[in-house]
Amino acid sequence: MDHPTTHPKDVYEHAHEHEHAELGFWRKYVFSVDHKVIGIQYAVTGLLFLLFGFTLMMIMRWQMAFNGKPIPLIGGLLGMDKAPGGIMLPEFYNQLGAMHGTIMVFMGVVPLAVGGFGNFVLPLQIGAPDMAFPKINMMSYWSYFLGGVIMLSSFFVTGGAAMSGWTSYAPLSIVTQPGQLGQTIWLLGMIFLITSSLLGSLNFIVTTVQLRAKGLSWMRLPFFVWAQFVTSFLLLLAFPPLEAAGVLQLMDRLAGTSFFMPSGLVVSGKVLANSGQGNPLLWQHLFWFLAHPEVYVLILPAMGIVSEVIANNTRKPLWGYKALVYSVVFLGFMSFIVWAHHMFMTGMGTTMSAFFQTTTMIISIPSVVILTALLLSLWGASIRFTTPMLFALAFLPMFGIGGLTGLPLGLAPSDIHLHDTYYVIGHFHYVVAPGTIFALFAGIYYWFPKATGRKMNDTLGWVHFWGSFITINLVFFPMFIEGLAGMNRRMYDGGTLYQHNAAVLHWNVVQGYASWALGLFQIPFIINFFSSIKWGKAVDKNPWEATTLEWAAPSPPGHGNFLTEPIVYRGPYEYSVPGAPRDFSPQFEPEKA
Amino acid sequence: MNIPYTVEERPDTGLANGKLGIWLFLASEVMLFGALFSTYIILRTGAEEWPHGELNIWLGAVNTVILISSSVTMVMAWASLKMHNFGKHRLYLLVTWLLAAIFLVNKYFEYSDHFGKGEGPWHSTFLAIYFTLTGLHGIHILGGMVVMGYFLGPGAKLWKTNPDQFTNRIEYTGLYWHFVDLVWIFLFPVLYLL
Amino acid sequence: MHSAPNIKKYLMIGAALLVFTAITVAANQLHFAVPLAITVALVIAITKGSMVASVFMHLSDERKWIYGSLLLTVVFFIVLMSVPIFTVMDTIGTPIHHAATAEHTGR
Repeated sequence: MDHPTTHPKDVYEHAHEHEHAELGFWRKYVFSVDHKVIGIQYAVTGLLFLLFGFTLMMIMRWQMAFNGKPIPLIGGLLGMDKAPGGIMLPEFYNQLGAMHGTIMVFMGVVPLAVGGFGNFVLPLQIGAPDMAFPKINMMSYWSYFLGGVIMLSSFFVTGGAAMSGWTSYAPLSIVTQPGQLGQTIWLLGMIFLITSSLLGSLNFIVTTVQLRAKGLSWMRLPFFVWAQFVTSFLLLLAFPPLEAAGVLQLMDRLAGTSFFMPSGLVVSGKVLANSGQGNPLLWQHLFWFLAHPEVYVLILPAMGIVSEVIANNTRKPLWGYKALVYSVVFLGFMSFIVWAHHMFMTGMGTTMSAFFQTTTMIISIPSVVILTALLLSLWGASIRFTTPMLFALAFLPMFGIGGLTGLPLGLAPSDIHLHDTYYVIGHFHYVVAPGTIFALFAGIYYWFPKATGRKMNDTLGWVHFWGSFITINLVFFPMFIEGLAGMNRRMYDGGTLYQHNAAVLHWNVVQGYASWALGLFQIPFIINFFSSIKWGKAVDKNPWEATTLEWAAPSPPGHGNFLTEPIVYRGPYEYSVPGAPRDFSPQFEPEKA
Repeated sequence: MNIPYTVEERPDTGLANGKLGIWLFLASEVMLFGALFSTYIILRTGAEEWPHGELNIWLGAVNTVILISSSVTMVMAWASLKMHNFGKHRLYLLVTWLLAAIFLVNKYFEYSDHFGKGEGPWHSTFLAIYFTLTGLHGIHILGGMVVMGYFLGPGAKLWKTNPDQFTNRIEYTGLYWHFVDLVWIFLFPVLYLL
Repeated sequence: MHSAPNIKKYLMIGAALLVFTAITVAANQLHFAVPLAITVALVIAITKGSMVASVFMHLSDERKWIYGSLLLTVVFFIVLMSVPIFTVMDTIGTPIHHAATAEHTGR
């Protein structure tokens, strides 16, 4: 099947000759090796998991707003081991919490942002016919799918799902009630999810290095590609320690080892019989070594998407392209040496605390540079308020709030007061929810026409945007107030146990209603997404009048993507070039003589 | 549809796709084993006493010699292909495979010796990290044997249709194998000697 | 895109590796103090590892991208080896000594 020569010229010259026998349904839509199909598989699966993880939170919000009251509608369906009489048990609350985090991060956002957008857009944006390793790409999706199924199955086993937070700290995650299988299944699921990421990241890096079209030098790449490229290095090098740690925790749970189990542990009045001499902090180090770079995996693709949408809808080049590139590379590197700012309260001494505090403050600099460059890109622009642009614009102040609220957490002295409070939850949700997820919505509205040949409906998009924007702020902003008052996170009763929370408890009710309203406002999006596939306004190759390479391919692109070999003549954001015939000069169009 | 640079090297990077791919994979493996070495450091410095003499140094040394030799035969297996000697290549690849198998047999003896005394990974943090490190390493040896077995078996057909691509794949297999040897070069002194 | 394989070099490096292995085992018989023992063992292991990497894995005439990716990895590897243990060693106040726990586990 392989040809002896693989020069790009041959790829396109032989494209017509090399007609495959028509692939059957299974090879074309299910076990496809085409990056576009795989990208859509990742995106749809990721969106479904996002919805599921969101639903878990909506149920948690009920318990926090109305402590001890039976859950409406579904309360009766949950069963005696989770919610007898419809009233949530604390164990079930903990399961919801742990799985909400796990599902959103590992099964929702990253698969959509990296697996979905990365797979679909990146080869197109660099003018490649597919990813470097299409079969490995397919394996990466199915590994993710399998990991997701394993994770979901944990709800149905004895003892229910994992309930030690998405962070699975030892020794809590190891000392189990007899037969509590959920945490073990969590660990197995993570192994599949991590394998998927490793295979994917390898593919992205090789593809970007090797398959760029003629004329597409590194500094002519769209910022989206740079963002995905750096993200891939983060995934490649930061995930393996967590994979190792997962195996170690499995051994502690199943083989009686004591990697993370200290000596002399007493559980339920009994001294444990293991060898002891393990270190719970070791788990934290190995976990956060990944989990800190992981948060940059969550934000970088979003910054990439927002950059594309902003450049396109301001009809101007991005401000500070070089600064953006250097910042994202520096950010990626720094992300590996800040992790213990999650561990300021573990008894770490002042030397190491100062070290991590310093690196954490330094890493805020490239973040600010990137945000500033995007903001300055708006200056003097002719802004088109398309649906993707609404979400991209909202990303900017939302990420700003998220980033700024990270500062008192990254400074050890203030973190003493704020650690493990709702302030932390408010901080990271601002970055991921009205931050990343809004950027992902922008991306969906923006690239939907490329994937389907049709545009999504703008009215439904407008309703989706404004409804989500208002309600999402009502969910997350009060968390700063609650956190500053000292309300602890992961409290099953919504904080009613502690007197110091009394003044802020009412916010739980506000957040409850806001979260359910936020859920309702996703309905116009879901309807829009599916109905537009069939009935959306038909468009041709470049409906947004954009400059990057993906808009040279047909909508949707066929097998091999481009009809003729794409060649790049200029940078990625040549909008409103003085003297040019139109307000945009695509990368792929030669100079008119 | 063909992907460019699967066999031929891209001029500006000087790389074929698979070469970069395998090195990146090895980079991730460095971090995987790195986490376990870091675990070793933390557990050992946190322990009051660290066992000595629980492992058979001579068997470990023999295994080290076996693995180093297999690295030599592996690179010879690739070099034979570069010199268009398919027969020699197959011989060297087979010897590599056999050496790997002997390594695993030795490890089996070592493991059963411990388990026979009821001393599994639960017995001490030393044995816990010993079994995990050598176990993960052993799984990597097994994986390498599977790949080599494939290239000795059905995969060898590629030599007839695309000898350059076959040579590259053997080179990549070799890179993986040398990495597995490299890990053992550190494992042996750390676990058996120190 | 390598120069023709240098068989003699491979065999010599292979022999050198075996010699270093013998040295490692012999050094172990000398029972150095722990810090010196660790240093000696690591120096020899790094020497052996470098030979495998540069000659068998052709790293010495490999491309920028490979070198660069590996260099980055080595930096993070060193971070992973050193920073957690520095953190564990740097504590607030007086660490509770292990002797107290030894009673419970009977070790």
